[in-house]
Amino acid sequence: MSEKTILNNAHRQAGARMVDFGGWDMPVNYGSQIEEHHAVRTDCGMFDVSHMCAVDVVGPDAKEFLRRLVANNVDKLKVPGKALYSAMLNDAGGVVDDLIIYYLNDTTYRLVINASTATKDLAWMAARQQDWGLNLTITERRDGNDPLGMIAVQGPKAKTKVWEVLPQTRATTENLPPFFGVQIGDYFIATTGYTGEEGFEIALPAAETEKLWHALLAAGVTPCGLGARDTLRLEAGMNLYGNDMDETVSPLDAGLAWTVDLKTEREFVGKAALLANGQKSQFLGLVLQDKGVLRGHQKVITAQGDGEITSGTFSPTLQQSIALARLPLGVAIGDQVEVEIRDKRLKAKVVKPTFARNGKALV
Amino acid sequence: MSNVPAELKYTESHEWIRTEADGTVTIGITDHAQEALGDLVFLELPEVGKTYAAHQEMAVVESVKAAADVYAPIAGEVTEVNQAAVDAPESVNQDAYAAWLFKMKPANAADLDSLLDAAAYTRISAD
Repeated sequence: MSEKTILNNAHRQAGARMVDFGGWDMPVNYGSQIEEHHAVRTDCGMFDVSHMCAVDVVGPDAKEFLRRLVANNVDKLKVPGKALYSAMLNDAGGVVDDLIIYYLNDTTYRLVINASTATKDLAWMAARQQDWGLNLTITERRDGNDPLGMIAVQGPKAKTKVWEVLPQTRATTENLPPFFGVQIGDYFIATTGYTGEEGFEIALPAAETEKLWHALLAAGVTPCGLGARDTLRLEAGMNLYGNDMDETVSPLDAGLAWTVDLKTEREFVGKAALLANGQKSQFLGLVLQDKGVLRGHQKVITAQGDGEITSGTFSPTLQQSIALARLPLGVAIGDQVEVEIRDKRLKAKVVKPTFARNGKALV
Repeated sequence: MSNVPAELKYTESHEWIRTEADGTVTIGITDHAQEALGDLVFLELPEVGKTYAAHQEMAVVESVKAAADVYAPIAGEVTEVNQAAVDAPESVNQDAYAAWLFKMKPANAADLDSLLDAAAYTRISAD
C-alpha cells in the first residue's frame, strides 16, 4: 500500500492521474504535463511536495553536527533564514541524499530531504549523531506528531498569487532574496524551488494544507504533477536523486562540485574519499539534433570514450529532446556526440547543463 | 473511463485494428494507451513494404514521460504510414482513433478473428 500525502483527495478531485513514486501515491499530471510545464514557465503552477520530509535539527551542537554531516559548509550560513543546498555523503564519497538546509539560528536548522530516501537518511543521521556524541535533537516533520504539508508555488506570477491568498505574508516576503526562508505564523515560506522559476515553497501544518491548496486553485494557480516537475527541473539543470546521482556516485562526477567545500580544513563524512578519488567524469547537458527522445541509461559515444545519460526527456520549452549526462573528462561544450537509442545512433550536441530558466531558453 | 469503440478490434498490448473494405487493416494505439502515456512527442513508424510477424515490435510511441513499443497485431506487410501523426504526435492524444499509425495487408485474413472485441478489451484495460 503506497503512502498518501494530506492532499491525496484534492488531487483526485482535480482529476489527477496518480502513480506510485518511490512508495508514494502522487499525481503525475492533471491532464497535460506539457500544459502544466508551460504554466510554470509563463504564469504560475503549484506542486504538492508534502511527500518530501522536513527535519528539524535543534540543539547546542546542531551546527557542529551539520559541519561534519554534509559536503557543503554550514559556516557559510550567517544570516537567519539563509538556505544552503548540499549533498550528504557516505564514507566512500557517494551521495546518500541531496538536501536543503535552512539556517534559523546557530542552534536551529531545518532540513528538507527527499521522499524516498527519508527513512534511510534519518537512520544515517541518527547513527552519525551517536558516533559523534553530539547534543541535539533530530525531529522529522512529515509523519510524526506535528506533521507539515508542503506546497511549491512556482512561476513568474507565483509570488503575486501567494500574496493574494496569504496577504499577511506579503510584507515579510516581498524583499526576501533568493534561497531564503522565513517563519510567518503557521507558514514557513521559502524562496527556493525546483523549476528554475521564482516562487515560494510553503510549509505549513498538515491540517491547514488542503485549505491553502483550494485557495490557490481558486486564485487560478495551475495544479502541476510530478511529470511537469521533472521536465522543469531538467530544463533548469537541477539534479534528481536516484537518477543523476546515488550512493555509488561522487558529487564531483554529478555536477555538484560547486556544492562541495574542499577549501577549508573542516572534516566531513566522505571528504577523504573525494580527495583520494578526485573527479573522474563530468556532468554536462545534451541537446538531441535528430528526432527522438533521450532517456536515462542511454549510451553516449564521444571521441574520449563512452558516457551515460542520467536523465533525459523532451523539453517543452525548447521543443526538442534534452538530457543530463555523465561524460568522460575531455569532452567539451559544443562537441558533437552520438547517443545509442534502440538500434540507431543519433546526433547530439554537448551544452552547458542549464537549458531554460525564468521563462527563457538558454541554449 | 477511456473510450473503446464497439466497431474496432483490439490487442492486449493496447493496439486498435479496423478492417477496411479493401482487406487492409488500419492500426493505432487505444485511448487507454495514450492516456497512460501522457503527452506524446515522438512517433517512430515502420517502413512501407516491410513485413512483420504477429507480436513483433513495429513502432515506438514516446511521451514526455516514457517510450512504449507498438506491436504487430497480426502478421503482414506495411502498406502505408500516417505522416500527419508523425508531424503532430499530440493528435494521438486528441483522438487516438482518428490518428491512426499505419496500415497493413494481413498475411492471413483469418488471423483477425483472434483479436479481442471491444467488450474483452474493456475488461483488460479496466484492470
